[in-house]
Amino acid sequence: MSRRDLSIVLHLFLGSARLQKKRAFLTIASIAWGTVTILLLLAFGEGLKRQFARNEQAMGTNLAINWPGETSKVWKGLPEGRAIKPRIDDIPLLQQRMPDVQVWGEMSNSRTLIQYARKTVNARVIGPNWVYGDPRRHYAMPGGRFLGPQDEEQKRRVVFLGNELAEDLFGKENPVGKTVLVNSSPFTVIGVMQRKTQTSAYGGQDKDHAVIPITTFRALFGRDKLNVVVVHTETEDEMESALERMRTFFAGRYSFDAKDERVFGTWNTVKGQRISAKIFLGMEMFFGIIGALTLVIGCVGVANIMYAVVKERTREIGVKMALGARRGWITGPFILEGLVYTLLGGLAGAVIAILIVTVLGLLPQEDMKVLEFLGKPTLSWSIGAATVAILGTAGLLAGYFPARRAAAIDPAATLRYE
Amino acid sequence: MTSDIIHMQAIRKVYDTGKIKVEALKGIDLAVKPGEFVAIVGPSGSGKSTLMNLIGCLDTPTDGRYQLGGEDVSTLDRDALADVRNRRVGFVFQGFNLLPQISAFENVEMPLVFGGVGLRERKQRVTELLDRVGLGDRMEHKPTELSGGQMQRVAIARALAMRPDVILADEPTGNLDTSAGGDIMQLFADLWAQGKTLVVITHDMTLARRASRVVEVRDGRIIRDVASAEVA
Repeated sequence: MSRRDLSIVLHLFLGSARLQKKRAFLTIASIAWGTVTILLLLAFGEGLKRQFARNEQAMGTNLAINWPGETSKVWKGLPEGRAIKPRIDDIPLLQQRMPDVQVWGEMSNSRTLIQYARKTVNARVIGPNWVYGDPRRHYAMPGGRFLGPQDEEQKRRVVFLGNELAEDLFGKENPVGKTVLVNSSPFTVIGVMQRKTQTSAYGGQDKDHAVIPITTFRALFGRDKLNVVVVHTETEDEMESALERMRTFFAGRYSFDAKDERVFGTWNTVKGQRISAKIFLGMEMFFGIIGALTLVIGCVGVANIMYAVVKERTREIGVKMALGARRGWITGPFILEGLVYTLLGGLAGAVIAILIVTVLGLLPQEDMKVLEFLGKPTLSWSIGAATVAILGTAGLLAGYFPARRAAAIDPAATLRYE
Repeated sequence: MTSDIIHMQAIRKVYDTGKIKVEALKGIDLAVKPGEFVAIVGPSGSGKSTLMNLIGCLDTPTDGRYQLGGEDVSTLDRDALADVRNRRVGFVFQGFNLLPQISAFENVEMPLVFGGVGLRERKQRVTELLDRVGLGDRMEHKPTELSGGQMQRVAIARALAMRPDVILADEPTGNLDTSAGGDIMQLFADLWAQGKTLVVITHDMTLARRASRVVEVRDGRIIRDVASAEVA
């Protein structure tokens, strides 16, 4: 298109836009509405996904929790149905065997009496190896800490409290450094867990339990058998082979078939992570499609209006053609109109959506249970790019088809009829 | 080459509606010299509208050769025809065909915009033309705020804007009362006196008699082509 064509098209476009302020406004508003809808839907989807992932990760990621059970296969003359009971001392050996992943054992005792001053609570007490802290997201609130290697070595009587358990016992008081009685033995509180929204758990929510060193646990309760053995890998893909190696290790130690998968009841969280990733992809697509359809409705509206305009102005278009307008000068303003309206509408919609998302983001999440699960709507660049692409295409099409009809007008036929 | 403004040879136009073919023009030879004032007359259905469309390059002939201002236009494509219309033909219609939403000034300016005339010259030419048709004080009026005669004068100013080779008018007085029609006829006579070439299609014998030459079309053929003095 030459500069002259461009200036003529602009001249005609501005002329018609000036005359059609109300129509232009309504058209832009409908596109803006569509844009707000698609952006908000996608933003909520994204926020929900992130929040869900965060909540799901509150227990930790790439974990496999293994409950010891019974053998289901005959092995070297030994019958099936033997109970396999890994012990605390197996863990250091297992860790030596598998230095690339993290393993730990956990002992647990539900409904243990914990006392502070005149308050008594029944709570679950966990005795894991100290490495449990980071992968299980037991972060201490400022002023405290989680268990460390020395606590385990020296069988210290120290306890790390879940945040709600701490609140139940201490109220507003700071628990760190205070002494509580666990099963009638005095323990020093070394830390309280930072609050987190947890949607998956085994045995109970982390906020409600107390954690003591595994060695202390053995001394306190006189037990040696692990309740669970947990494997934690760096990436999702390492998990399968890590679990196999763990079984092989225990198979050698307790004489069972390494291929016997029933010895441990295993909860492999990697599988769940993968499934929820797929569910969220599906959900995002669903939101995207709904949003896109809303936007398409807006664009059909634009096209519809412009079709009506072409029909209404058939005569005018014929006159312009008779006066020497080339086809491009007739179609250009329509296409430009479609594009400008969609882009302006898209821009307005984006601004509104960003405002809404920003305002929602400023709301305090802590006190609203709903928001804790819904998360904050989040706009991402990929959402923006997708919206721009849909808008641009729709805008072009909304202008193109009416323009094509306008160009097909035969001036000779339109000029004479009354 | 020829010095004729309009030079048509053996022009045929067939409308093909799919089932039937209608031969609207069955071989027209017509030559118009610069400065002539030609009236084309004939009953409805005679083919004179088709002839007007062809002369005005709104349509192309099925057969035959058509030179407008020395340029062969019978085989041009749509955009080239648009350019020819812009430069060489000034249209005046029975129904005025002004754009209703813009002012008289902008209506007259329209062909100049298409012709690529610069802003300053556009303004000067439009003002001059509207003055010439006696509407210098109505430039900012919309067509709906003008009388029929005034609208047709705006249309004539618009037709003159690109200084075309020929002014082509289709029943220019058809929608006007006698007095306004008379004014328009006088305006055409003045334009002719100033040396413009005019082709007018009309039923109105009063207007036809003012022309220098009358061409009568019937059944797609020219059946009479005489100086207007001979028209009874």
